[in-house]
Amino acid sequence: MREIPVDEKNLIEGKTGKWEVILGLEVHAQVISNSKLFSGAATAFGAEPNTQVSLVDAGFPGMLPVINEVCIEQAVKTGLGLNAQINMTSVFDRKNYFYADLPAGYQISQYTQPIVGTGTIILDLPEGKRREVGITRLHLEQDAGKSLHDQHPTKTYVDLNRAGVALMEIVSEPDMRNSEEAAAYLRKLRSILRYLGTCDGNMDEGSMRCDVNVSVRKPGGELGTRCEIKNVNSIRFVAAAIEYEARRQIEVIEEGGTIKQETRLWDTNKGVTRSMRSKEHAHDYRYFPDPDLLPLKLDADWVAKLKAGLPELPDPKRARFTKEFGLSDYDAGVLVAEKETADYYELAQKGRDPKLTANWLISELFGLLNKAGKSITESPVSAQHLGELVGLIQDNTISGRIAKDVFAEMFETGKAPGAIVAEKGLQQVTDTGSIDASIDEILAKNADKVAEYKSGKDKLFGFFVGQVMKATGGKVNPAMLNERLKAKLNG
Amino acid sequence: MNELNHLTIAAALQGLATKTFTAYDLTMACLMQMEKHRELNAFVTETQDLALQTAMNSDIRRAQGQAMGALDGIPLGIKDLFCTEGVLTTAGSHILDGFHPTYESTVSANLWKAGAVMLGKLNMDEFAMGSSNGTSYYGPVTNPWRRKGDNTRLVPGGSSGGSATAVAARMALAATGTDTGGSIRQPAAFTGIVGLKPTYGRCSRWGIVAFASSLDQAGPMCRTVEDTAIMLGVMAGYDPKDSTSVDLPVPDYRKAIEGGVKGLKVGVPKEYRLDGLSPEIAKLWEQGVAWLKEQGAEIKEITLPHTKYALPVYYIIAPAEASSNLARYDGVRFGLRVPGESLDDMYEQTRAAGFGKEVRRRVMIGTYVLSAGYYDAYYLRAQRIRALILKDFTDAFKDVDVVLTPSTPSAAFGLEEKFDDPVAMYLNDVFTVTVNLAGLPGISVPAGLDSRGLPLGLQLIGRAFDEETVLRAGRAIERAANFTAKPEGF
Repeated sequence: MREIPVDEKNLIEGKTGKWEVILGLEVHAQVISNSKLFSGAATAFGAEPNTQVSLVDAGFPGMLPVINEVCIEQAVKTGLGLNAQINMTSVFDRKNYFYADLPAGYQISQYTQPIVGTGTIILDLPEGKRREVGITRLHLEQDAGKSLHDQHPTKTYVDLNRAGVALMEIVSEPDMRNSEEAAAYLRKLRSILRYLGTCDGNMDEGSMRCDVNVSVRKPGGELGTRCEIKNVNSIRFVAAAIEYEARRQIEVIEEGGTIKQETRLWDTNKGVTRSMRSKEHAHDYRYFPDPDLLPLKLDADWVAKLKAGLPELPDPKRARFTKEFGLSDYDAGVLVAEKETADYYELAQKGRDPKLTANWLISELFGLLNKAGKSITESPVSAQHLGELVGLIQDNTISGRIAKDVFAEMFETGKAPGAIVAEKGLQQVTDTGSIDASIDEILAKNADKVAEYKSGKDKLFGFFVGQVMKATGGKVNPAMLNERLKAKLNG
Repeated sequence: MNELNHLTIAAALQGLATKTFTAYDLTMACLMQMEKHRELNAFVTETQDLALQTAMNSDIRRAQGQAMGALDGIPLGIKDLFCTEGVLTTAGSHILDGFHPTYESTVSANLWKAGAVMLGKLNMDEFAMGSSNGTSYYGPVTNPWRRKGDNTRLVPGGSSGGSATAVAARMALAATGTDTGGSIRQPAAFTGIVGLKPTYGRCSRWGIVAFASSLDQAGPMCRTVEDTAIMLGVMAGYDPKDSTSVDLPVPDYRKAIEGGVKGLKVGVPKEYRLDGLSPEIAKLWEQGVAWLKEQGAEIKEITLPHTKYALPVYYIIAPAEASSNLARYDGVRFGLRVPGESLDDMYEQTRAAGFGKEVRRRVMIGTYVLSAGYYDAYYLRAQRIRALILKDFTDAFKDVDVVLTPSTPSAAFGLEEKFDDPVAMYLNDVFTVTVNLAGLPGISVPAGLDSRGLPLGLQLIGRAFDEETVLRAGRAIERAANFTAKPEGF
């Protein structure tokens, strides 16, 4: 746990004074792999129940687990991406408990010797602030199956498709102090996992699930008793659950009560956390090393090779974008948050003005994508086309204003900007003769206004500009128009 | 002894090769013996049709001059702990009622690939927990041997009691067993046959119902050391489906056995001279030493100082692993289900009805030693001592090539004896558990009869993956002992 100075802005006002909230997160991230952690069964989401189950997953007699090397590789990559200690020897343990969706009666997990030790993650906070949060550990474990209680009035159905799928449990230090930081942690972690290709981070499909540990204390004082809110399935709900839970705890303490260490559930509908019905039996998981699996030993060269092959991650990429492309820290941060966006940007800006490209991407493309509910990978405008558009602006083929219309059409039709411009004759007019002719025509039509202008009504300048633009369909180069018009009116 | 079921594997292979008889005849002879001695209760399931069909296929292959496997046409019994595709597999337990695996254990599959014939599934202590075959849900197995002038029914030992009886009673030419604390060697000693527990990792555990995963190992039970070598050669081998199996080539064991023991250094551990060791056992042990010496071996006294802890350590580690391994028998997916008011109630009803007393006892011991607050004092400590026991052997094997001990502290006892006293029962494993804890290969070879005419065995323990030396020394004992006694009436 880091020493984190108390920030007044984070404190919650109670009846007896201010309270500090202490937050730690446990994320279960489903490993991207074709087959399960200890069996060859498939892992695809959304398959018919019990169609992706091997005899090992179903806990049949005499079946033995065999480590899937891909899952190990993914966990090590993730550890490297979190700047974490890679443990060259780790041990798989059995966590014993009975449940219908846990066929073997134990979950294979890692208890005292996880594959990844301490690491760090940098939170990107509002106003360009950054803060480091500690990672306690990352370990590999099997997912359980799914109990379906709503298929029959008296029976529970069990779907074992998920049973045995590899999860990385990533545990943070209790280094966060408000719900915004918790949300930033999840966004950053998800971003890193996606960059690494080790977890798709889809919380709505359950491939990333979050448990939140919440406690409150007097600022800088003794740590309070924590409650764990289980399985919150969106970043928004994580923030809401923290807000609710912190206030609940403060209220309990201020009314003379004590916080009981317990597991709570976030009720999405009511917007409250509530105590999980305490099971009749207290769980004693009786962890012990799984005798079916030897301790996992990693090869130093293999780890080094993985490290060398890691993709550029969001933090170094943002630094490079500011340095190489002269982008603001904020813009670079927006562009690197998703790997796909960063890739799109890099492709689009090739040979163009990088800042102009960034502006178009962030303000125009994001705007339209948001409105259409699409992601960058579904963008109707390709990176090449956006780059081409920026090029057309840069070389004065079209004005920025015309570019917006062209862009709207690109988004609509997916056509190349050059084609649209040619088709509609939108090329900017830069020929002085033709500009002069347009100006002369407007001035001739509005001799009265010219006279008013000349008698001192400067504001009419804009009127003339507008008239010329209107008459030419906006195609006249604005700078040249200004220059020629001024010369004529003042001449 | 012109009956085919009395043949050794080596002799039977010879007879088949020279077309003196067919695999069908050989198999039929075994099936008839099984039928004749059904009262011994050696088999849980007899697979007559399958056996005859497989034997016929072997005969056809031979007639057509096709390539023959190392055990082609040899009828075997399979301990009911090995999952056999489409054939009821019970582990001697009620809880596996009606369980017909859709898969074949690697070891049995290896045997079928070599052309062997399955006679049926052999009775055993429930989940291999026992030293008398008295804990089987399918009833006790009777040892074909009787004390001289006494008709008391005796145990065949356990847990591979059905295997031992089937081989000793000439129902099968050989059988598979599994050994977690002595479950091959003790019944082999009690029935006058040879039983080998290979090095941990030598045979795949895939498809064998697990008792204690870090100790369980499959091995052959045969009438001669040579047959044991032939069987092991087929059963052994690396299996990528078992992460604890070891990727080493399988030597030609049969070739190794006749090498003799000249110059071989044989260790005799002083700690095995227990207080109150029966004088007959002590005498047999001395005899064994003398036999090896006569054949040119060099005898050395060695020390295995942590031996006295082996039994308590075993009875912590094995139940701990078993308590977890047996959690899957919950009535949800296969086997017995006793309905209940709730999920927990169903678990409790099913497991209470499905598991026998000894299994329940060990599940409770195992749960206890792993529980919070006791783990360090029991399980962790036991694991530390286990490491010391292995170190004892590692040190000893710097000076000697093989270790000679008795196989059991007594000969076979009566079916009604020792059942009320689990600790007395556990003491049967006193000479054998150390070998499992250290993961080493051990063989029991019949060496003589006690004063009441019951067989006794000597055990040879070798270095990890040095089954060849163990078999070679075993063959030397076998040669000297010239054990030809047979249970009366068989």
